[in-house]
Amino acid sequence: MPSVKLMQGNEACTLGALTAGLDFFAGYPITPSTEIAELCAEELPKVGGKFIQMEDEIASMAAIIGASLTGRKAMTATSGPGFSLMQENIGYASLAEVPVVIINVQRVGPSTGMPTSPSQGEVMQARWGTHGDHPVVVLAPGNVKECFDLTVKAFNIAEDYRIPVVVLTDEVIGHMREKVVLPDFETVKVTRRKAPASPGGYKPYEADPDGGVPLMASFGQGYRYHVTGLFHDETGFPSNRGDVADVLIRRLMKKVENAEPLIRDYATESIEDCEILVVAFGSSAMSSLSAVRQARAKGIKVGLFRPKTIWPFPEEPLRELSSQVKRVIVPEMNLGQLVLEIERVIGCRAPVERLSKVNGELFKPEEILFVIMGGEK
Amino acid sequence: MRTEFRLSGSGGQGLLLAGIVLAEAAILEDKNAVQTQSYGPEARGGASKAEVVISDVDIDYPKATDPDFLLALTPESYKTYGALMNKGLIIVDESVILSDEITARTVRVPILKTASEDLGKKVVANIVALGALAGISGIVGEKTLELAVRHRVPKGTEDLNLSALRRGFELAETAKASL
Amino acid sequence: MSDSLKYFRENRLPHIWCPGCGHGTVTGALVRAIAKLKLDKNKIVVVSGIGCSSRAPGYLDFDTLHTTHGRALAFATGIKLSRPELKVIVMTGDGDCTAIGGNHFIHAARRNIDITTILMNNNIYGMTSGQYSPMTPKGMLGTTAPYGNTERSFDLAKLSIAAGATYVARATAYHAVLLEELIEKALLNPGFSVVEALSQCPTYYGRKNKLGTPVDMMTWFKDHAVNIKAAAVMSPEKLEGKFLIGEMHNSPEPEFTAEYSALAEGVRRKFDSFQGGLRECAQNSD
Repeated sequence: MPSVKLMQGNEACTLGALTAGLDFFAGYPITPSTEIAELCAEELPKVGGKFIQMEDEIASMAAIIGASLTGRKAMTATSGPGFSLMQENIGYASLAEVPVVIINVQRVGPSTGMPTSPSQGEVMQARWGTHGDHPVVVLAPGNVKECFDLTVKAFNIAEDYRIPVVVLTDEVIGHMREKVVLPDFETVKVTRRKAPASPGGYKPYEADPDGGVPLMASFGQGYRYHVTGLFHDETGFPSNRGDVADVLIRRLMKKVENAEPLIRDYATESIEDCEILVVAFGSSAMSSLSAVRQARAKGIKVGLFRPKTIWPFPEEPLRELSSQVKRVIVPEMNLGQLVLEIERVIGCRAPVERLSKVNGELFKPEEILFVIMGGEK
Repeated sequence: MRTEFRLSGSGGQGLLLAGIVLAEAAILEDKNAVQTQSYGPEARGGASKAEVVISDVDIDYPKATDPDFLLALTPESYKTYGALMNKGLIIVDESVILSDEITARTVRVPILKTASEDLGKKVVANIVALGALAGISGIVGEKTLELAVRHRVPKGTEDLNLSALRRGFELAETAKASL
Repeated sequence: MSDSLKYFRENRLPHIWCPGCGHGTVTGALVRAIAKLKLDKNKIVVVSGIGCSSRAPGYLDFDTLHTTHGRALAFATGIKLSRPELKVIVMTGDGDCTAIGGNHFIHAARRNIDITTILMNNNIYGMTSGQYSPMTPKGMLGTTAPYGNTERSFDLAKLSIAAGATYVARATAYHAVLLEELIEKALLNPGFSVVEALSQCPTYYGRKNKLGTPVDMMTWFKDHAVNIKAAAVMSPEKLEGKFLIGEMHNSPEPEFTAEYSALAEGVRRKFDSFQGGLRECAQNSD
């Protein structure tokens, strides 16, 4: 039975994770994500799962990779400073192809910044935070219900493609409570990594002909295989050969490239005849939606494009839409991060205007409305 | 119709809980509701603010822009948020001295005194305030609010909190007569 | 040796360690202890970090995990808590474990999680060619201590005991038989166990400090090691300049993953139907 609840974004992320089969959480307390750890500590032992509060975020990331290698669905949750600490092991999960989910509830940075105020300053860090070319998927919920939906989706993508998936929320969405209509948990689509049939001849990093993702065995099941953060061949053992490295890194990147049309997720509002387009994600999109509605009420032809997958960015639909508009406005709670990707996608089809806010406050709708109406930023 | 509430005071007064209960009651009456907050590093003391937006239709922007009702339990919150009030009504604790510079309509209600003297527990001031706020605004019915209070307050404190809620509604009746 | 050979990935040999390195001896002692205990090779996970020591798991026929620098114990904690039925062994070095991984080390010890840690102490960062580590004795040379190391070094046994490890022992690559016995006992301890194995690095530590051939370095181990039992009746003067080997600490205590499982059992009995998470959340703090 679907149920109606007043629920916080952080609660919805946790509930989404549990619905997706989360059975291992490791984390470290940090505002404004801590509620996720608290809820996991409370709920996981009830369902046969495990919770551990590690000594720091580096260890948290390490522990969930270890857990995932034994077949568990594992997650951590953090915020800015903790997300920075996790980066090295996020790269490990990318290279070693270990499915994990990281929820990053953004606050104002850099450094300790403003712990209790929202920001969208980790758009680029979420994509490029760890060194080297690496595959990662980043999902950005725009309301509390989407915290639930996209966390489920994050687990499915992590499992299907054996990659780390980041759910990028912020202090506003993480802490706000809103009315959520939850689905019947039994009906939610949940996937699990494909496992090999038997240990005989198992090559842990051999691309499966069906989809290119290697089959994943769990530790302790008799496969006795090797996992390393060094570049490796199909057997999983290290290799210094340039040709092996080249094949590996291209295959890893290709996984996400091929997946993009399948995992692509975005929402639109009033785009049919729009001449001005606002492109916003996360909590900035809430303010943007309000601004777009107010402008429409004044007869202005403006629409909203709201990506929910931000990495990989839903290029095609935005590029198509940008051909019909005269202006594109990008409000972000940073000094211009996702806008760089948007400018790349749109090219010279329409001029892109940046609207930045870094004072730890959510955009007020009138600030965006002002720009829509042609005011100076 | 979008109605915006801002509940302000100091950390530890339980205004966040009051906001949550108000939002939950609205949902129980099939309305949409969003509750947000802002807070400082202090667990107790410091400025605390919870906001609730209630609407019959979809809520896009979650924060209060021009509150219809401001609850202020401390002189600081009255000064800070009272000055931002335009069309809305300020419900301020009786202990706060009013300022000439704050021109929005204002009603003084003995919330803190009712909690500490009548009910003997100053911790239930938040629920007294909630009753007063709900009674004055008429946003949700008392029965629904009772249900939401039962759902959200700590086990074993239901009766005390329900009396606090009742007292709040009574304060609202008196306050409305003076408006 | 034939009995223990079946625990090696023979096709991964020869190893990358330098001629005269002690790490092969330590790895051999671990494998012989595993063979002696007849442990199921399908139920063993060996985890390592970065460094010379951390290449060992690649040669062993278990599920093996070569992780990031210093983090082996944190990865291993995730594995052990997930699957308490697995035997989890961490192979690490002095830099990996006590510098970059020092925090994970003391917390794994504090939790008393059932992980056997074999620390190959060669007093140097070998993989990066000879920098001083937290276990390089004061005054010794390294490429980053060209005038002698001015820092004090850790006593790993004391550190382990203070942090809460329930089994702590030390031997050297020279005392291979003792080392095997100590590792065997460490594997049997249901809790956090630490075996420090002094291992000679002739290529960097030995050459930089003019300690002679690998044989000279092992002779030094032989001449300067005193078994803790013998040390008990020796005068402080006689112990001057010596170091202790043997079993330093053996004091079983409740094990973390078992405690967690027991707690979870209780919780599950109390909440047999899951309703979905919904509760009040505390607000404040950084």
